[in-house]
Amino acid sequence: MKQHVLLASLLGLSLAAGAAVLKTDAAKSSVSATFKQMNVPVESKFRKHNIVIDYNDKSPEASKATVEIDTASLDLGDVDMNKEVAKKEWFNSSQFPKATFTSTSIKSAGAGKLTVTGKLTIKGKAADVSFPLSVKADGKNQVFDGALPIKRLAFNIGEGEWKDTGMVADEVTIKFHVIAAQ
Amino acid sequence: MDRYTKTAMLLHWLVAILIIAAFLLGLTMVDIKGITPTKLKYYSWHKWLGVTVLLLAVARALWRAKHTPPPHPAHMPAWQNKAADAVHYLLYFFIFAVPLSGYLYSLAAGVPVVYLGVWHMPVLFEGTPELKAFFKPIHYWLNMTMAVFVIAHVGAALKHHFIDRDGVLKRMLP
Repeated sequence: MKQHVLLASLLGLSLAAGAAVLKTDAAKSSVSATFKQMNVPVESKFRKHNIVIDYNDKSPEASKATVEIDTASLDLGDVDMNKEVAKKEWFNSSQFPKATFTSTSIKSAGAGKLTVTGKLTIKGKAADVSFPLSVKADGKNQVFDGALPIKRLAFNIGEGEWKDTGMVADEVTIKFHVIAAQ
Repeated sequence: MDRYTKTAMLLHWLVAILIIAAFLLGLTMVDIKGITPTKLKYYSWHKWLGVTVLLLAVARALWRAKHTPPPHPAHMPAWQNKAADAVHYLLYFFIFAVPLSGYLYSLAAGVPVVYLGVWHMPVLFEGTPELKAFFKPIHYWLNMTMAVFVIAHVGAALKHHFIDRDGVLKRMLP
């Protein structure tokens, strides 16, 4: 019941703002992190994420987005690696289970293009970030794609001997691919 | 007695040193628990050694195609000549098959091979857990079988040197 009230009020708020919360297709959407390990490209996916996009295609400025991921759900394709990234030196997932992005502004940057600005919080460290996001309609779905380059050491990801960027590069690109229905 | 060419000797000993290094490094790296920078480094070096062996194997096969090795000593019985030839051809097979299986195993695990951190080798297919499980025993058992033939090869060379004293090993020594 409480949830319904919350949902109703959220809907009310977004309607008031002229935007609508899209129904994210979690199975088809993905949040991935790509980086280089001794120059070998590594692609990994966060298996658990919660993406909420409150979108108005007529006036993108009224849109909002939040992304929440379970840091321990990063899948690098290897059991030992998956265990490693949840450790204190990396995501410290027991203390910081979630990484979040909350938009503060979404602006149109031409047809099908948006510039998203907001706060990225990983491992208890927050940073203001801005990145391009493309949007296109596919049937009744909206498909969003964006890439956000970050520096892992700015978030203390990889402490101690893992600070060596010759081993794991500092540059990490977080990619969003979101499929959401109106 | 005829000796091998300097080029053949160089290629032989380089490959010998590199396959022993890659073999021992392979056994060492898989025994490291969890994930550590040392382990990741060893994996990369192991792959670089393997690719080097593969490149040298190509060079050796090309050299061998144009140069006949010195003949077997006259005193050797026919079965020993055949056995020696068979082991030599098998070892040629392994210096191709072992690194190739490692390359395919790495791709199957979804990890592209970047030789010396510079040359991005072709990603021939997408890795899956099934392919990884398929190539792992192939790479392992090719290695173990190669080790058996390397031991036979070394054992035979030492027998020629210390028991037969027929100068067969000296043909491969600079």
